Amino acid sequence: MDLPLIFMVLMGVSVLAYVVLDGYDLGVGMLMPAATGEEQSVMVSSIGPFWDANETWLVLGIGILLTAFPIALAPVLGGLYLPVVAMLVGLMLRGVAFDFRIKAQGWHRELWNWLFWAGSFLASFCQGLMLGRYITGFASGFGYWMFAVLVGASLCGGYVLLGATWLILKTEGDLQRKAIVWARWGLAWVGLGVALVSIATPMVSETVRDKWFDFPRTLGVMVLPAATLAAGFALWVATAAVKRGEARSDWRPFGAAVAIFTLAFAGLAYSLFPYVVIDRLTIWEAAAHPTALRALLVGAAIVLPFIVGYTILSYRIFRGKAKGGLYD
Amino acid sequence: MPSMEDALILARAQFGINIGFHILFPAITIALAWYLVAFRIAYQRTRNPEWLATYRLWVKIFALTFTMGVVTGVVMSFQFGTNWPRYMTTVGAIAGPLLAYEVLTAFFLEATFLGVMLFGMNRVPDWVHIASALLVAFGTTVSAFWILALNSWMQTPAGHVFADGQWVAASWMGVIFNPSFPYRFTHMMLASGLTTSFVIAGLSAWRLLRAPSDGGAAKTMRAGLVTAAVLIPIQIFVGDQHGLDTLEHQPAKIAAMEAIWHTERGVPLVLFAIPDEARGRNDYSIELPYGASLILRHRADAQLQGLDAFGKDHPPVAPVFFAFRAMVGVGVLMLVVSWWGTWATRRRRAAPRWMLWMLALFTFAGWVATDAGWIVTEIGRQPWLVTGVLRTADAAGDISPAQLGASLTGYILTYTMMFVAYIVVLTHIAGAGAGDKPAPAGGPGGAAIAKATE
Repeated sequence: MDLPLIFMVLMGVSVLAYVVLDGYDLGVGMLMPAATGEEQSVMVSSIGPFWDANETWLVLGIGILLTAFPIALAPVLGGLYLPVVAMLVGLMLRGVAFDFRIKAQGWHRELWNWLFWAGSFLASFCQGLMLGRYITGFASGFGYWMFAVLVGASLCGGYVLLGATWLILKTEGDLQRKAIVWARWGLAWVGLGVALVSIATPMVSETVRDKWFDFPRTLGVMVLPAATLAAGFALWVATAAVKRGEARSDWRPFGAAVAIFTLAFAGLAYSLFPYVVIDRLTIWEAAAHPTALRALLVGAAIVLPFIVGYTILSYRIFRGKAKGGLYD
Repeated sequence: MPSMEDALILARAQFGINIGFHILFPAITIALAWYLVAFRIAYQRTRNPEWLATYRLWVKIFALTFTMGVVTGVVMSFQFGTNWPRYMTTVGAIAGPLLAYEVLTAFFLEATFLGVMLFGMNRVPDWVHIASALLVAFGTTVSAFWILALNSWMQTPAGHVFADGQWVAASWMGVIFNPSFPYRFTHMMLASGLTTSFVIAGLSAWRLLRAPSDGGAAKTMRAGLVTAAVLIPIQIFVGDQHGLDTLEHQPAKIAAMEAIWHTERGVPLVLFAIPDEARGRNDYSIELPYGASLILRHRADAQLQGLDAFGKDHPPVAPVFFAFRAMVGVGVLMLVVSWWGTWATRRRRAAPRWMLWMLALFTFAGWVATDAGWIVTEIGRQPWLVTGVLRTADAAGDISPAQLGASLTGYILTYTMMFVAYIVVLTHIAGAGAGDKPAPAGGPGGAAIAKATE
C-alpha cells in the first residue's frame, strides 16, 4: 500500500473541502460592506451554523501535513511564514467578530462589522498569496511576488464567487438579486485567476511544462481547461435562470462554482504531483515513518465517514432560506 | 551565534504566549459544556422556563468562549510547524497521530453540533438537540484527552523506540497512558470545573450588584459556590498525587518548584524566598523545617534530590518556584472564598455586598491558577521539549528573528484586543437587562440551576 500517496490524496481532499467550504463563508464576509444592515444580518445567519466546522478542514489539512509529511514543514511553512501569520490573524479577527458584532451596539457594532470584513479579506488574500508563492517554489524576485499578489486578488474573487452563489442559494428577494451581480463579478475574477495560474505554472517549472505540452498527452489533459470553461458558462446561464425565477435552480450557480474550484484544483494537483515542494521534494521523500502513517490511516478510515455523515446532517437541518436574527 | 539564541527565545515566547492565552478558553468550555447538558436535560424534564433561560444565556457565553478557543487553537496548530519543525521530524511519528486524532474525533464533532445547539432548537426534535449538547460536551472532553495525552507523553515519555533515525511508537497504549497522563488529565478536568464554577459564581455576583433582587442570579451564584467548594478539596488531593508522580519521573522539576539546591535529608519546605540562580541558594527564605521531606516522601528525614544532582539539565528555578506558589496561593484563596461564600449564603441568606464584590473579583481566579500551573509544568520540563528525548533548542526552525518579532507583535496586538473585547462582552451579558424588571427570568444561570444543588 502506497501510504504517502493515500495521504497526499487525503490532504488534497481536506484542502479542497476547506477552500470550497470556508471559501463561501469568507466570501460572504468580504461582501458585507456591499449590503444593507438588514441584509448583513441575513448573510451572517446563512453561514452561522457552518463556519466553525468549515474552518476545521484547514486544521485537518495542516494536521495531515504535520503528521504525514513532516520533512516538508520547514521548507513549506518557512517559505510561507509571514503570509501564514497574517492569514491566522485574519481568521482570528473574522471568527471573534462573528460573535462580538451580535452583542455590540452603535459604533462598536460598526467596528466589528469592519473587522469581520477585514479579517475575511486578509485571510482570503493571504491564502491566495500563499498559493502564488507555493506554485513558484518560493522563488524570490519582484516578478514572482507580483504574481503572488495577483493570485491573492484572484482568490478573493473566487471566494466572492463562492459566497455570492451561496447567498443565491440561501437568500431571496433583493439580496438574492444583488448576489447574482456579485457572482458575475466574481466569475470574471476567477477567470483571470485560473488563466494566470495556468500560464505561470508551466513557465516556472519544466516538469510542469512537460506534463501539459507533451504531445499526445496534451490532448487528454486539455479536458480540464475545457471543462472549467464549460462550468463557467453554466454558472452564467444558471444565474440568468435564477434571475428569471425558474423554480429549483437556486443551487445551480453554487454547484457550478464548486465545479470550477474542483477542476482548477485537479489541474493544480496534476501539475505538482508528486512534489510537495515543486522540483525539490516529493511526497515519498517528505513522508513520515510508516508507523505514524498507519496509525493515522486507521483513525481516518473509521472517523471520516462519520464526519461526512454528520456534516450532511447539519446541512440538512439548516436547509432552506436563511432569515435574519438567528443570533438574537 | 546570538541570532540563533534570539530566534529560540522569540519562538518560545510566541508559542508560550499563544498556549497560555489559548488554555484560558478550553478551561471554561470543557466544564461549561457539561453544565449545559445538565441545564438542557433539566428543562426537558421539568419544562420550567427558567431552565430554558439559563440554557440560552450560558450557551451564548459558551459560544463566545468556544470561538476564542478555536481561533487561538488554529494558530497553535500552525505554530507546531512554524516554530518547531524539528519537533515533528524527530518525534512527529508519535505527536502527529495524537494531534490528528484530536482533530478527527473532537474538533469536527464540537464545531458541527455546536451549530445545532445554538441555532437548531426549533428545527430538530428535542432528543436530537439534547444529543447535540451531549456530543459537544463529549467532544470537548475527548479533545482534552488527546492533547493532554500528548503533553503528558512529552513530560514522561513511554512506549517509544528509536527506529530509522527518529522516535516512533512501539506501543500506542504505552504512549497514551504514559505515567503522568492519568494525573494530568484529572488535574486539568478539575481545574476546568473550578474555573467554570468561579466564572458562574462571579458573573452572577456581578449581576446581583446591579440587580440585587434577581433571585435567579442569587441561586446560580450559590450553585457555582457549592460546586467549587466540593471540587477544591478533591483538586488538592489530586494535585498532591500529581506532585508525587512528578517526583518519581521528573525530579528536576520538583527540585525547581521547591527551590531545593542540594541533595539532602530532612529538607525544609520553602514557603517564600528569592532563588538566586547564579549562587545556587535562596535569599530571604522562610522555611518550615522538614516540610518538603514530609510532603514529598511522608518522612521527616527522607532524602530529596537537589538541583545539583542534574548538572545543567534542570529548569530555571525562579519562574517555576514563583508560578507554583501563585497556583497554590490562588487555590487556597479559592478554597477560602468558596467555603466562606457557601456558609454565608446558607439557607437562602443574601450575600452582603462586599462578598458580592469579592466574588466578582474572583470571577477569573481559575485562570490565574490554571496558567500558573501550566507555567510550572512547561517551564519545569526545560531544557527538554520531550524529557530525555529532545531538547527545546534542537527543535527550533530557522525563521529569522525579524520575522518572529514581527509576528509576535501582531499576535500580541490581536490577543490584547480579543481579550479586552471578551471581558467587556461577558460582563455586559451578565449585567444585561438588570435594570428592566425586578427579576428577569434566569439571570446568568437563572433560578433553575440552584434547584439542582438545593
